[in-house]
Amino acid sequence: MHGAHSHNYLNHEKGLWSWLTTLDHKRIGVLYMISVFIFFFIGGVFAMLIRWELFSSGQNIVSPAGYNQLMTFHGAIMVFMVIIPGIPAFLGNFFLPLQIGAKDVAFPRLNLLSWYCLMVGAAIAFMSLFFSGADTGWTFYTPYSIQTDTGTIWLVTGAFVMGFSSILTGLNFVVTTHKLRAPGMTFWKMPLFVWSLYSTAILQILATPVLGITLLLLVAERVLGIGIFDPALGGDPVLFQHFFWFYSHPAVYIMILPAMGIISELITTYSRKTIFGYKAIALSTVGIAAVSFFVWGHHMFVSGQSEIAGIIFSFITMLVGVPTAIKTFNWVATLYGGSVRFDAPLLYALGFIFLFTIGGVTGIILATIATNVHFHDTYFVVAHFHYVMVGGTLMAIMGGVYHWFPKMFGRIVDDGMARITFVLIFVGFNVTFFPQFVLGAMGLPRRYADYPVAYEALNKISSIGSWTIGLGFLLALYVIIHALKRGEKAGDNPWGARTLEWQTSSPPPHENFDKPPVVTAGPYEYR
Amino acid sequence: MFSSTAQAAPRSFMPIQGSTVAGYVDSLYAFLLIASFIACVLVIGGFIYFAIRYRRRSENDKTLYITHNNTLEFAWSFIPFVIFMVAFGWGWWVYDKMRVFPENALEVHVTGYMWAWDFMYKNGKRTTNEFTVPVNTPVKLIMTSRDVIHSFFIPSFRVKQDVVPGRYSALWFEATKTGSFQVFCTEYCGTGHSAMLATVHVVETEEYENWLQVDPYRGLSLLEVGQSVFEGRCLVCHSPGEDRKVGPGLGGLFGKQVLLDDGSTVLGDENYIRESILYPNAKITAGYPSGVMPTFLGQLDETELLGLIEYIKSLE
Repeated sequence: MHGAHSHNYLNHEKGLWSWLTTLDHKRIGVLYMISVFIFFFIGGVFAMLIRWELFSSGQNIVSPAGYNQLMTFHGAIMVFMVIIPGIPAFLGNFFLPLQIGAKDVAFPRLNLLSWYCLMVGAAIAFMSLFFSGADTGWTFYTPYSIQTDTGTIWLVTGAFVMGFSSILTGLNFVVTTHKLRAPGMTFWKMPLFVWSLYSTAILQILATPVLGITLLLLVAERVLGIGIFDPALGGDPVLFQHFFWFYSHPAVYIMILPAMGIISELITTYSRKTIFGYKAIALSTVGIAAVSFFVWGHHMFVSGQSEIAGIIFSFITMLVGVPTAIKTFNWVATLYGGSVRFDAPLLYALGFIFLFTIGGVTGIILATIATNVHFHDTYFVVAHFHYVMVGGTLMAIMGGVYHWFPKMFGRIVDDGMARITFVLIFVGFNVTFFPQFVLGAMGLPRRYADYPVAYEALNKISSIGSWTIGLGFLLALYVIIHALKRGEKAGDNPWGARTLEWQTSSPPPHENFDKPPVVTAGPYEYR
Repeated sequence: MFSSTAQAAPRSFMPIQGSTVAGYVDSLYAFLLIASFIACVLVIGGFIYFAIRYRRRSENDKTLYITHNNTLEFAWSFIPFVIFMVAFGWGWWVYDKMRVFPENALEVHVTGYMWAWDFMYKNGKRTTNEFTVPVNTPVKLIMTSRDVIHSFFIPSFRVKQDVVPGRYSALWFEATKTGSFQVFCTEYCGTGHSAMLATVHVVETEEYENWLQVDPYRGLSLLEVGQSVFEGRCLVCHSPGEDRKVGPGLGGLFGKQVLLDDGSTVLGDENYIRESILYPNAKITAGYPSGVMPTFLGQLDETELLGLIEYIKSLE
């Protein structure tokens, strides 16, 4: 034990400038952490305002036009600035090199550039607030996005620039995983978090450019009047939806695959047991990534695409369900015969499985084409993707942050407080979003600034739940700040985990390991 | 006019079953819900049981070393696959019923625009934001949009189809219950999206035939015609008082000087009102964006225009 390691990446250099020009993947990870937390706070405030407006029927705090801005910025911030960079660029940046025993990522300068792309893109996106805002929803569907106020161009351009952040991170991770693994670490000895980041990185490289091109075409159409999507100019508005979802469906897996990787790490660590079905989980990760490119049409069953296309997309979507189910069963089986300790990270992992299972089965209901026709664009869909994105990805981020916090900052988080944040977020989440499944079945469409009074009772429950979530996240922020300032010194391996990042000191030194590690065993050898 | 029941209230499982396909959709949904519930009980119950049963008792707990089990893994891949295929096939079978159009269907033309629905029948009869169909008769809606994408959704009939500018899309249904049912726009289309509502009235065939022949304005004064048009078309965006909605309130407009966005003023007379309805971007009231209001050129006949002017004159 050398927990009080005097020289580490945090004190290697000093001053703000050393942070803004750092090439250390760990410091870049911390930069991402700070930016993602700030974006999450802003997006969360928008979410609270949305639920406040929807607390009762009729206009409460904002006009319909104002509501549409809230809904657009909530979606765009949470997708492009929080959930997409949340795990790969923040936790991935910090732990991918550590988990494979490398000194850094393959291209440290590119890594820093990707953070600046996110920041510049975000700044451009927020500029739209000073130019009449944007009210297209995060999906920018044409021809509405061509006709509405010009602030939309800023938001679209911002999303375009942020796309480069995602592409560069992906590129970096693929090369890092292939070239920089420690001696002895074969692909079948990589931690499952690395597998998930690797699969995600491939999606980021292949899918994100399509979004970039699509958004560029949209801006070209608005600014130069080139007819691509606008029927008034001879374009096809549904073509935009094909392009958009060709990116945005794989993007859903950019958001969830790394979360699944974290869950695999947490379940093994806190049950001190080797993962059940390592190869099945690794291969199902790659399988989900591959199939995710061929399911985009399930967002468009009622858009006017052909019936045959709809049926084929319904079929392929069902196939994605199989590897997803495999992973879930593997996590449950891993607990069997283990030694389970209920620290906050494990609670978040179990919360993930709980919520993700509900998100998954409702995904099958939506993939079934005849029921989709009724549920499409209703609150059922809103509930479904919040169960997957918040119940999945955000739960994993929270679990991951508490799990790796001692490694990142060398301090221990108050576990009792962390568990209270879990209870608040988990209970609040279900109170907020479960009623929305029922609202959707009752027919309430999404993106409605107002609703008929018959839908009021469930909306009230939902809004009350949202305050509980908000309270939970505020408390989580306090817990983290408290731990940074007052937390007890952490040992190098407080959880008794087996992956490489726990073999170096907490916090790790500038180039991660004092001696380059040599790998002889798999990542989860608990015997 | 109708022997209509009250607007069908939404119910928590699914809205009232008002069409021939609704029962099929609901049976499939019930199957999926039951299967989902069983899956959730197995997974969630399973991990809660294991987590508690194998909770850490001491720091020296020995854990089992199990890397995989081919039989088990095959079973939990294959069984979900079979269930997913049943859902897929069943979904396809019901979808087929929704999307194969009967040949003898009654055709109604639908035009969506920001933020209202127009309906046009073969005999030239037109309605806005409500339409009437006979019960137990297949009805085909041939739909297009004048501006952006909208989507036509009747929850009680379990049908939905996007309405796209520059092309025609269609849906069909056969209503099985008389009454009035809610229509929603389900593709986000801007400020008035959540107010883009309509109602379908399902009536007996005989009543439908009578309704089709009736001139809705017969026996009404010009003012009453105007009020009816205003409530159907204008009220979404314009208040009859002086308060601001999407557009300016029209109360007290007539005979007053209106301040325009270029700083000039114009007298709110018959010509100004007519021009604003037919060419909404010709003169923009100060404080409001241009390009928001759609034109009603070709949408309103002379009687309706005069009626509207008469009605706006009467607002204070």
